[in-house]
Amino acid sequence: MYDFKYHRPATVRQAANLLLKNEDAKVIAGGHTLLPVMKQRLASPPHLVDLSHIEGLDGIEMKGRSLVIGATARHADVASSAIVGEAIPALAELAGLIGDPAVRHRGTIGGSLANNDPTADYPAACLALGATIVTNKRRLKPEEFFQGLFTTALASDEIITRVMFPVPKKAAYVKFRNQASRYALVGVFVAKRPSDVRVAVTGAGSEGVFRVTAFEEALKKRFSHKMLDGLTVPAQGLNSDLHGSAEYRAHLIAVLARRAVEAATGKA
Amino acid sequence: MAKISLIVNGNPVKDNIDPRTLLVQFLRENLRLTGTHVGCDTSQCGACVVHLDGKAVKSCTTLAVMADGHEIRTIEGLAADGAPLHPMQEAFREHHGLQCGFCTPGMIMTAVDMVHRKGHDLSDHTIREELEGNLCRCTGYQNIVLSIAAGAKAMANSDLA
Repeated sequence: MYDFKYHRPATVRQAANLLLKNEDAKVIAGGHTLLPVMKQRLASPPHLVDLSHIEGLDGIEMKGRSLVIGATARHADVASSAIVGEAIPALAELAGLIGDPAVRHRGTIGGSLANNDPTADYPAACLALGATIVTNKRRLKPEEFFQGLFTTALASDEIITRVMFPVPKKAAYVKFRNQASRYALVGVFVAKRPSDVRVAVTGAGSEGVFRVTAFEEALKKRFSHKMLDGLTVPAQGLNSDLHGSAEYRAHLIAVLARRAVEAATGKA
Repeated sequence: MAKISLIVNGNPVKDNIDPRTLLVQFLRENLRLTGTHVGCDTSQCGACVVHLDGKAVKSCTTLAVMADGHEIRTIEGLAADGAPLHPMQEAFREHHGLQCGFCTPGMIMTAVDMVHRKGHDLSDHTIREELEGNLCRCTGYQNIVLSIAAGAKAMANSDLA
């Protein structure tokens, strides 16, 4: 790992100032993506701004009809939170599927979203649930926030502070893991919201997380796995690599979407 | 350089370190606590698992500066020198939950964390799921799973947490 200067701000404002003042500075929270790439010398930020000591940034609470999760809430905290389990059990389950227990003790929701790994789990939840990603500057919809592989709308001095998830009527996440890396080869998050249905897919898209509108329209008519009978996803635009062809991923999306609807409707 | 001050196995520790220092390096090279191992160095294998504020973490993917002000427990901190082994260590000895022993400290630290979170009555399925982040390339896990189930029960009747 190359040398860097370590900063430990006490507030989000201080952290943003450090980012503004120091070119190419990077934010670190759990470090479970950034440190591995720094060790491989794929990233060499001259400054690290550690968010993990900012108080009040890791809270989990209900605000009206929204579940609000602080940016530095760890995956293990989301997975075991009674508040999350009550409001959006699918989200708690998703958090419990990330990495392994030790990784979940360090990794954070804000870090996962800011990294926008095309195989990460949280982006699918944000897109399907219609979350609002709140930063120190503004509020972003997932469609604006996620901008392709490892790319987000975040400015260089912008920091995610919390994520607001409107509580759905029903939801489920089903993940098909790569047998070696345990990341999602394909993951499908299905949410029946008061006004519509959303189906978001991670792991498969060559531009990162995306929605399957054909499935959404069918499920909006009736929220049953039977509505997906005969529906498929084109392989075009899906990832194809040694872990699976685009056609295989397309097949998995249809299978997992069906299973997710079954799980959400208690039929699994 | 960065000044850090933390508690390691109950003892206060102060040092002035290069911020690049990984927690596992700090433990092994600065404190000479070499029970914590570096296996893959990529947060996959779990040989480096220690407890940070009572929770299992991979010390190869944690900066020592990030442990400043926190409490660390390593395999050396489970039982006092010369005292009987911690029940989880004893269970690994009794049930031969190891062959080469390289993954063992991480396995035991993960197992103790597992008991703290999941209780003393652990099914084989739970143990295997929870061992997701700990690799053993010798045993095939059978005796590790046996050891953890036995250690979890033994911890219920022990003063050592």
